[in-house]
Amino acid sequence: MERILDMTIQEVRGLLREKEISSVELTGFYLERIKKHDGSLLAYLRVTEEEALEMARNADLRMGQGEDGPLLGIPFGIKDIFCTKGIETTCASRILEGFIPPYDATVIKKLKNCSFVHLGRLNMDEFAMGSSTENSAFQTTKNPWDLSRIPGGSSGGSASAVAGGLCAAALGTDTGGSIRQPAGLCGAVGMKPTYGRVSRYGLIAFASSLDQIGPLTRNVSDCAVVMNAIAGYDPMDSTSIPQPVPDYTEFLGRDIKGMKIGIPREYFIEGMDEDVKKAVKESLAVFEHQGASLVDISLPHTEYAVATYYVICTAEASSNLARYDGVKYGLRVDGKDIIDMYKKTRLKGFGKEVKRRIILGTYVLSSGYYDAYYRKAGKVRTLMRRDFDEAFKVCDIIATAVSPTTAFKAGEKVDDPLTMYLSDIFTIPVNLAGLPALSVPCGFDGNGLPIGLQIIGRPLDEGRIMQAAYVIEKERAVKKIPDTLRS
Amino acid sequence: MKITKDVVEYVAHLGRLELEPDEVELYTTQLGRILDYVDALNKLDTEGIEPTSHAVPFDSVMREDEVRDSIGIDGSLRNAPERKETFFKVPPIIEVEE
Repeated sequence: MERILDMTIQEVRGLLREKEISSVELTGFYLERIKKHDGSLLAYLRVTEEEALEMARNADLRMGQGEDGPLLGIPFGIKDIFCTKGIETTCASRILEGFIPPYDATVIKKLKNCSFVHLGRLNMDEFAMGSSTENSAFQTTKNPWDLSRIPGGSSGGSASAVAGGLCAAALGTDTGGSIRQPAGLCGAVGMKPTYGRVSRYGLIAFASSLDQIGPLTRNVSDCAVVMNAIAGYDPMDSTSIPQPVPDYTEFLGRDIKGMKIGIPREYFIEGMDEDVKKAVKESLAVFEHQGASLVDISLPHTEYAVATYYVICTAEASSNLARYDGVKYGLRVDGKDIIDMYKKTRLKGFGKEVKRRIILGTYVLSSGYYDAYYRKAGKVRTLMRRDFDEAFKVCDIIATAVSPTTAFKAGEKVDDPLTMYLSDIFTIPVNLAGLPALSVPCGFDGNGLPIGLQIIGRPLDEGRIMQAAYVIEKERAVKKIPDTLRS
Repeated sequence: MKITKDVVEYVAHLGRLELEPDEVELYTTQLGRILDYVDALNKLDTEGIEPTSHAVPFDSVMREDEVRDSIGIDGSLRNAPERKETFFKVPPIIEVEE
């Protein structure tokens, strides 16, 4: 069965179709691996074994009746941020402990329509605020390549579970890099689609103008297959883009001759690991060797991205998180009157980073500071979008590092929020501009830690991004799954 | 503006957060640092630039006003910490004098 870890979902579907294995066996394989390895990785908050086996039996039944489909009977891990009917959904927060959603998020509904298998809920930073999973109210997930290091965040549980072989694929969310950064640090493929490409209905909101859902997978082919399933217009999300979805698998294997690849000069910064620089440069050489041309470009407002982001995302978060008031769901702590009940509930229910962001966001929106901070950040955001518009006049995609460094040690940055925020410098501008981008493994540093290459595209150009990523995956042939997790 | 403990306490009240005394200290220092960093935005001339609130422009989305299935009263109340009949139950909001 171990060979499954090296196969694409399309190949595993072949085994299922030929009845060489059943979905129940496949699900059992992953459940066994979770039992064996998740005690050390801590990627799952909760394993839904009963539901998983029931869904697997149902998938086998359908296959027995001659049904087929790209994700039929394939076991997924789900970041604990998607409302899933009847299954506890906490956002890794005490304030939502015990919350059982009465409906399915659109992405969950779409996966259910494909008869996928729900293995369990994956850890994350509380309300997706963080870059390491250390802000989870429940546990810190480990990096499969070095258990003393963080997996990145906020979708750290998703990245660790995928890279550690504890699910076939996972869903994550990306507000400032929360899919791409953990994918990069764990050696997985992670895509943040164009804003509006995937419906956010039923996604627990952090910063609504930046949040986007996407897949974390072990290879680019799986990324394409999952994107095919989850992308598309949804009347339940008013920001959803009413455009048809191409078959993303058709982009894989196409050559990249003549493709123009922009290299932003602002993205080789001081303090960046030499090994990261080297792996990125070697990947650029691969592109050139395959017939693409490299174009020097400038994204001049990059240095303002982190400041802009922390004004906008905290402002939106402070507003979105107002709903946790001890009335409708989750935790309630009694108080002497209703305001006191709100305050005590939120004191007990929220962790430090969430409170920090609510305070910052409330401050930048408060009377007298709105123009100086929130409006100003919105204007700088316009300048950053224009940077990308200009760049895409001379190139088709942009290639950069995902993160300036490889995975850091647990505890190293958790008490220094600003340093933690700066680790997202290369991923944040993409969310501000609403563009699609993907992280693909492109090498290892001297300590054997994975390095990710980020590929950014024009709006709705996910296919071309995957086309280029597929070339890197084939040519760089980066190892997946650490030897320690092979058995 | 200098961030003081009073500012943090006031903003926490606006955000309906109670803070522990050590948290007030911590956030006062950290917010000061973060806002100093954010002040770098003022180096940029943004005169005449329209702010972006959403990366992808879109119009208000309308639909026909038709009755559709919903999660219903029980579905809505199922997660409530306290309920009474078909209502969410909360502490008194308006004091009534007897």
